Amino acid sequence: MTTVVLLGVTGLGLGALYFLMASGLSLTYGLLRVLNFAHGVFLTAGAYTAWLIATRIGGPDGVRDAAAVAGAIVVGGILAAAVELALIRPLYRRHIEQVLATVGVALALGALAEGIFGADARPVPVPAWMRGVTPVLGAAVPNSRFVTIAAALLVLVGLGAFLRFTRWGLVVRAGVENRELVRALGIDVQRAFTLVFTLGGVAAALGGALSDGYFGTVDPQRGTAMLIYAFIVVVIGGLGSIVGSAAAAVLVGLLQQFANYYGSVWWGFPSAGDLAIVLLLIVVLLVRPRGLAGGPG
Amino acid sequence: MTALLEVRGLRVALGGSRILDDVSFTVPEGGVTALLGRNGAGKTTTLRAILGLVPRSGQVVLAGQDVGRLAAHEVVRRGIGYVPENRDVFSGLTVAENLRLAERMPQPRYGLVYELFPELRDRAGQRGGTLSGGQQQMVAIARALLNPNRILLVDEPTKGLAPMVVRRVIEVLAEVARNVTVLLVEQNLEAARGLARHAIVLDHGTTAYAGPFAALAGDAERIHRHLGVALAPADP
Repeated sequence: MTTVVLLGVTGLGLGALYFLMASGLSLTYGLLRVLNFAHGVFLTAGAYTAWLIATRIGGPDGVRDAAAVAGAIVVGGILAAAVELALIRPLYRRHIEQVLATVGVALALGALAEGIFGADARPVPVPAWMRGVTPVLGAAVPNSRFVTIAAALLVLVGLGAFLRFTRWGLVVRAGVENRELVRALGIDVQRAFTLVFTLGGVAAALGGALSDGYFGTVDPQRGTAMLIYAFIVVVIGGLGSIVGSAAAAVLVGLLQQFANYYGSVWWGFPSAGDLAIVLLLIVVLLVRPRGLAGGPG
Repeated sequence: MTALLEVRGLRVALGGSRILDDVSFTVPEGGVTALLGRNGAGKTTTLRAILGLVPRSGQVVLAGQDVGRLAAHEVVRRGIGYVPENRDVFSGLTVAENLRLAERMPQPRYGLVYELFPELRDRAGQRGGTLSGGQQQMVAIARALLNPNRILLVDEPTKGLAPMVVRRVIEVLAEVARNVTVLLVEQNLEAARGLARHAIVLDHGTTAYAGPFAALAGDAERIHRHLGVALAPADP
C-alpha cells in the first residue's frame, strides 16, 4: 500500500511538471498552430536561472527560493516573448520554417547551456523543508512532490481564470477556434500570440525551477528530455485544451511511474513507463483522434 | 453621389491562382450596394481583400483614406463591420461572449442589437454552436452592429436559411441600411433587388458591371451572361 501511495504521489508530481510544460505548448499550438520545439529551452532556462540564484544569494531559505522561482519565470517569459517576436512572427504561416527555426533554437541554446555549465548534471541546493518527507497512509512522500503539485494546480486555476474571465482570455479562446474571424472583429491577434507564448514560457520556466527541487539536480538537456512527454500530453489531452492537458498530464505521470516500477520489479524492465505511454498515445489516437478534450472527432 | 469605399486595381492570388484581377468599383455612401457574380467569381475574396484578410495589391480607399496597406484589425477599426459567409460564430463561446468579443467602443450599442434581435438577450448564455442557422446569423449581424461602423460587408446572409428566416434577415438589413452603408454579397438576386440601389457584378475575378441596380435588372442579356440566371420582371 505504501508503495502504491508513494508511486501515486510521485506520479502526480511528475504529471504536474508535464502539465507546466504542456499547458503553454497546447495553447501555443491551439492559437498559433506552431509546433514549438524550443519550448523545452524555456524549462531549461528556468531550471538554470533558479539554480544560479539559489547558489549565489544568501538569506533565509524562503527568500532565496522565492527569488529563484521569480527569477526563473521572468527569464522564461522574456525568452519566450523574444522567440515569438524574433522567430515565430516573421515566419507566420510558414510552418516548416517555424519548425526548423524552433528546432534550431532548441539545439543552439541547449549547446550554449552545455558550453557554459557543462554537460553533467549539477546538484541543486534543495531547501531542508523540501528535502523532508510527509507521511501519507504510511508512505514517506518527499515534500517536493506536494510543492510541484500545488504549483501546477495554481497554474491550472490561474490559466483557467485568465481564459474565462479576462478579455484577452476570451480573445485566446476565440482565436483557438477561428483566429481569422478574431482579426475580422478588429482585434490584434498578434498581441494575443505574444501573450500566449509568454505565458507558456512562464509556466515552463516555473516547471524548470520546480524540477530542480524534484530531481535534486539541473542539467542542460532537462527541457529537451521532457519536451517529448509534454508533446504526448498535449496530443492526448487535445490540442488547445488546458483542462485536457491537465488530465492527460496526470494520466501520463501516473502511468509512467507505475509502469517503470512494476516493469522493473516484475520483468527487470525499468523503461516500461515509456512503452506504456506510447501505447496509451496510440490507443487515444485510435479511439479519440482529437484527444480527451477534443471529442470523438 | 459620394463614394464611401473605392476599390482600385484590386488583385489577389492564392495558392498560385489569380482569384481577383484588377477589380475596381466604388460604393456610394448610404443604402445597399449588391456585389453579384456566379460561384467562384471572387465575391467573398473581394470582401476578404478589402478587410486585408488575404494578401492583396491595389488600393482600398475608405472615406478618402487608403486602408489597402493596413492589417485586418486596423482596417476594421477604421469603421468596417463584417458579417462573414456561413454565419461564422464562435461555436464554443456563448452568445454574450460572441458579442463581447466584438466590442470596440466604450459604449457598445446593445440597445440597437437587442431591439433588432430581442431573442439574443434570452439566449445570452447559450453556446454559439448550439444555435439554429437563423440565430447564428443574428449573432453574426449583431456583432457588426455593436460598433458604429461606416460600412458593413455582408457575405451571403441568406444562404442556407429557411424562407421565413430569409425574409427576417432581409427586413433587418433594410432597417440597418437606413443608418449605415452596406456592401452585400448575395446569390439570391430577388433578395438583392429588394434591397440594393447599386450593383457590382464580378465575372472571372474582374469587374463586369458597376452601376445602378435598376439598369442591371433591365438588361436581361447582361444578367444571363454574367450571372447565368434570369431575373423575373419587377412588380409594377
